[in-house]
Amino acid sequence: MTVILNQSFTGVSIGAVLLLIALGLTLTFGQMGVINMAHGEFIMAGAYTTYVLQKPIENAGISLLLALPVAFLVAGSMGALLEWLLIRRLYARPLDTLLVTWGVSLMLQQLARDVFGAPNVQTTAPDLLTGSVSVAGVTLANSRLFILGFALLCVCGLAAILRVTPLGRRIRAVVQNRDLAEVSGIATGRVDRTTFFIGSGLAGMAGVALTLIGPIGPTTGTNYIVDAFLVVVVGGIGRLRGAVITAFVLGLLQSVLEYSTTVSVAKVVVLVGIVAFLQWRPQGLYTVRTRSLV
Amino acid sequence: MSGEGLTVRDLRVTFDGGVTAVDGVDLDIHPGDLRFLIGPNGAGKTTLVDAVTGLVRASGSIRFGGEEIIGEPVHRIARRGIGRTFQTATVFEQLTVEQNLDIAAGAGRSALTLLRRRRHLPDSVGKALEITGLAALRHRPAGVLAHGQKQSLEIGMLLVQDVKLLLLDEPVAGMSHDERESAGELLQRISEDHTVVVIEHDMDFMRSFARSVSVLHAGKVLSEGTVAQVQADAKVQEVYLGRASEPEPSAAVPVPVREEV
Repeated sequence: MTVILNQSFTGVSIGAVLLLIALGLTLTFGQMGVINMAHGEFIMAGAYTTYVLQKPIENAGISLLLALPVAFLVAGSMGALLEWLLIRRLYARPLDTLLVTWGVSLMLQQLARDVFGAPNVQTTAPDLLTGSVSVAGVTLANSRLFILGFALLCVCGLAAILRVTPLGRRIRAVVQNRDLAEVSGIATGRVDRTTFFIGSGLAGMAGVALTLIGPIGPTTGTNYIVDAFLVVVVGGIGRLRGAVITAFVLGLLQSVLEYSTTVSVAKVVVLVGIVAFLQWRPQGLYTVRTRSLV
Repeated sequence: MSGEGLTVRDLRVTFDGGVTAVDGVDLDIHPGDLRFLIGPNGAGKTTLVDAVTGLVRASGSIRFGGEEIIGEPVHRIARRGIGRTFQTATVFEQLTVEQNLDIAAGAGRSALTLLRRRRHLPDSVGKALEITGLAALRHRPAGVLAHGQKQSLEIGMLLVQDVKLLLLDEPVAGMSHDERESAGELLQRISEDHTVVVIEHDMDFMRSFARSVSVLHAGKVLSEGTVAQVQADAKVQEVYLGRASEPEPSAAVPVPVREEV
């Protein structure tokens, strides 16, 4: 029983990490349809932001809390710049976008190597997050609990922005019908950039959270990018709810399979499962139903 | 009468591949007019509206309220007070009726207010819900509305934008006879304080509600005037209505067809 609970918690925390890294993609890929291969490097940028901030600020707790908004701004600005420089010229050309952003991703990795060195670096976790608590025989690592809580907070925040604020409505409006949004007087170019800023900023915050579970390096983001795209695709493109469910289901599957087999076998089984699922439901978990004539 | 007038001079639109859809159109639409644009399929009516709203690139001159607007970004032109609808009823399908109207009403709002949740909707939204008869459906997603209701919502979205000129692309296509009647009355009411331009294939509808008519053919203005003048024009009869149209033109009128492009 304890084993099951322990593995479940591991699964949930893997899911939380997946969710956190995929959340930004639900905006840039899910809503806008841009395949941004440099998304992983925004995660990496967020992680290094934590590392840089720890140099002058000794208190790991304060620097971590400070790193969250700073990483959001750093990665968000990088995203907005990328959108303005390159991506906006490539809308409706997905293959070109993929290649260009992949190139940008390689350049950013090299930049990180030049600035911070090729070896991975380790950040210090705040004391509060290094321990663990035991509940009913299950060991819950504080850092994992923090990531879980943070991921849920980000989901709620993003959902609130998309649902209730006029900005979120505009983002959805531009996604649903660009021409109509424009002739209604919405500056769609600005909305695109704002959407990209928020999506990339979320990647930056995910990067901060990743420093709690391991060392970080120039390829930190790349390791996660495929998983992040998978979560968005399986969840149903543009559906926040789908991404949340998918992230946790994949996390749980992964941890259960890892326990009964090995890490690599688990990875393979999950991937095969995803392929089979998408054969059966190419549109993902959730789709939008309308009576559209178009 | 109010609303702004539109003056178009030597407007030309050529698509990639060399097709000239609009070929030197001159058009004077006076403030408060209820102008119908008619013409066979491919005459360039929709492209003309696309050019005026900035969705396609055009050369020539388009003056609205005394200012040149050609080449301006689409949303700027919209904020000047030119609103349009599309051939297939086009609304934000996943947003509610009310949210559709709210977006249109607040399109020019500054970035600072965009993160604040608002308690009250602008008055114009309530008014538009009433005029278009959609008040009871305000919380429905627009995607589930019937076709005619979507078309009413489109017009409502233009009203809350506080437009001065409405360009309506086949606003009554697919409507029943009764729906057409009430839509026509709505147009007349709107045209009391707006300038309205309607692209329409339904000749009966045009005869009942048009104040003036322009006939387009092959990217050029073929004829212009009142309904009676246009109908009496031999050139129009030849290219559009067909020779055998007199004495009862409606008999020879083509069935409303959806126009491509």
